Amino acid sequence: MTATEHRSDDLLARYDQAGFYDELFGGRDQPAPHTALIRKRLSALAFEDIHRRSEDAARELYNLGITFLVYSEQEAVDRILPFDVIPRVISAREWTHLEAGIVQRVTALNLFLRDIYHDRKIIRDGLIPEDLVIGNSNYRPQMIGLKVPFDTYIHIMGVDLVRDGAGTFRVLEDNGRVPSGVSYVVENRHMMQRVFPDLMQDLGIRLVDNYGQKLLQAVSEIAPGNLSEPRVVLLSPGSYNSAYFEHIFLAREMGVPLVEGRDLVVQDDRVYMKTTNGLAVVDSIYRRIGDDFLDPRAFNPDSLLGVPGILDAYRKGNVALANAIGTGVADDKAVYCYVPRMIKYYLGEEAIIPNVETHICREPDGLAYTLDNLEDLVVKPVGEAGGYGITLGPLASREELADCRAKLLADPSNYISQPMIPLSVCPTLTESGVEPRHVDLRPFAVTGRQTWVLPGGLTRVAMRKNTFIVNSSQGGGSKDTWVLEDTSP
Amino acid sequence: MNNLLARYAESIFWMARYMERAENLARILDVHETFSRDIHGFKNWHTIVKLNGDDRRFFERYDTASADNVLRFYVLDAQNPTSIVFAVRAARENARTLRPWISTEMWAQINLLHNKVQALEAKDIALPNLTHLCSEIKEACQTHSGITEGTFYRDEGWYFYLLGKFIERADQTTRLLDIGYFAIMGPVPDPRAAQDFIHWHALLRSLAGYHAFRRVYPRGMSPAAIAGFILYNESFPRSVALCVREINAVLTRLKSRYKLRGGSVAMERIDEILAALASRSIDRVIEDGLHEYLDWLQLRLSDVTSELSQSFFGQAPSEENQQQGV
Repeated sequence: MTATEHRSDDLLARYDQAGFYDELFGGRDQPAPHTALIRKRLSALAFEDIHRRSEDAARELYNLGITFLVYSEQEAVDRILPFDVIPRVISAREWTHLEAGIVQRVTALNLFLRDIYHDRKIIRDGLIPEDLVIGNSNYRPQMIGLKVPFDTYIHIMGVDLVRDGAGTFRVLEDNGRVPSGVSYVVENRHMMQRVFPDLMQDLGIRLVDNYGQKLLQAVSEIAPGNLSEPRVVLLSPGSYNSAYFEHIFLAREMGVPLVEGRDLVVQDDRVYMKTTNGLAVVDSIYRRIGDDFLDPRAFNPDSLLGVPGILDAYRKGNVALANAIGTGVADDKAVYCYVPRMIKYYLGEEAIIPNVETHICREPDGLAYTLDNLEDLVVKPVGEAGGYGITLGPLASREELADCRAKLLADPSNYISQPMIPLSVCPTLTESGVEPRHVDLRPFAVTGRQTWVLPGGLTRVAMRKNTFIVNSSQGGGSKDTWVLEDTSP
Repeated sequence: MNNLLARYAESIFWMARYMERAENLARILDVHETFSRDIHGFKNWHTIVKLNGDDRRFFERYDTASADNVLRFYVLDAQNPTSIVFAVRAARENARTLRPWISTEMWAQINLLHNKVQALEAKDIALPNLTHLCSEIKEACQTHSGITEGTFYRDEGWYFYLLGKFIERADQTTRLLDIGYFAIMGPVPDPRAAQDFIHWHALLRSLAGYHAFRRVYPRGMSPAAIAGFILYNESFPRSVALCVREINAVLTRLKSRYKLRGGSVAMERIDEILAALASRSIDRVIEDGLHEYLDWLQLRLSDVTSELSQSFFGQAPSEENQQQGV
């Protein structure tokens, strides 16, 4: 099909949101007046024009190396995250609500982490099963009794949100270890500013450029001692990590060295980096290496990526780490189910952003319900990321369902199940015109002394028709996310 | 307080070297294409392999030193560390490591060059297209130099960039002179060859040195005058003498400005090279054997690199090290 076949006076005229909640058009009886001007401007664009600009953007992303590595059988290939040029728009009112909900959630999770590494009150009070926490493979006994700056464990948090058929935002997943994706938020904005200045003009879109500075501030605040300018580094697994571009991006935005394990050395429980003039002390580390690989002496002995002895330096308080060690227990998919109760327990508040209804298969009732309703549920392994190992009941074949059932019975505590959420859609450019595609949203929160939430976040979009899976490893793309300023008088 | 990460210093040094190498490889191939049509009627593509010391590696992979094979080896062969594809790839891998450090424009341009070189095919290195390809690569490398000059932040890293650039350039100039001189003069000195203006001009032109040479020697030309100019001229930007003086000056400034403790042995090695350059006339050098003299220079430059690696890059090191790293 060629572009010329789509000549039409109104780009959005034939758009059909197919019964889903729509990020630009709203829902049934829920108009979206805040996007009226944007829709008007989009409608006026010719398909050829928007298509050409979209291709320019893709080429530019590739040439700028804004890519992630995909490992095929033999080699690693640089790919761009497919970028859709039609933005996802969030009103000032919606954002105020989301921002408060994210701050609440991060606060509760940090209180939870402090609790489980100190008094374990929440366990003693019977709110969460002990083995789910203390028996969790991500629980780190090395953290027991250790005081961390501001009692903050999760400094960088990504919260995966989805919007259901009624337009209600819900938390699908927490990412409190080493969440990624924020570089695309900023780069997508830069790309839109270059390719669609006319679309963005005078809309009052909240800025996203200062993420690096906010991050540096938080990571500096937690440095030991009272240094006015602590030496901060970003620790990366290296250039063959799929998120390497993001490490580069953040190091550059923060103005700090991007180091690998081999650049650091621990002597007398202090961390140093190797420079042209010998060793230089490191005070604070934004690490993009998981706990397991951080210190081969303490955790996975086979890790070549980490820094031997860094755990001791950390425990002595000679170096700060963001995120702290042992946060994985808070973003576990099974622990997730208890977060609304945690919020109530620690803060005395209801969760501002609700969870998706979740059945815990380690609990007999949850398992029974899941097995009885398999064809209506999404079944997820609790330990996997990136959309791997998920069974979508309503879309699965008879064999896939049988396979899922067998796995559930063999190892029930490895699974949770959730109803299939009819994810909201957003108009998305395809070869055959503008069509609805499902989206989610991953906002990012940065916590040092206080919590700050980047306005918007990463909107991931399932580029293929009728799929709900938005992960980049599964062919998902991304969109710029516009949070509008509050213009009400 | 803010010293440069040793690994960055190393990557900056090698990025500069590999870009300079890619440019010089293009220059060598371009001029050799001219030499393949020499007055003796012999088309000896083997010379270039021999003079690069690549005989063993070349014949492991190819049967004959045909134009096609030699060009493939030096342009497209990703396994050959002295090929253009290899140099550009290595420069790009180092640039990738340096992305938090270098300007976006530097990265984007190297990345584009890399994409282009990766896409080269057999037809691009066919003899009729070779000059075009060589000038394209040369110009891309010069664009890199220009972008770097205009955007690279002038701190410690800049000095490592200059060190890499000038060490590689000095080394490549000795190789180009070696190849050119012996390609023209032939294995046995031939009085006719000394008068082979077309090829002497080509050699100078490949170094962008013809007009400069004319300014210094308005009348006539001799093989010795040309070799002397390429080795010793104090103002010609690709002469060995000028490059070595630059290395010396850069090292001195680097050490004093950033109070670096290492590098003293490297400076001693540079002094030795400078002393050697100052002490022998070109006639003496030719009499004693130009090829041996150029070899000696190449070895001393390689010593300097080893010393820099040990002092600043935090490893015992070498080109092999770097090549395995990329």
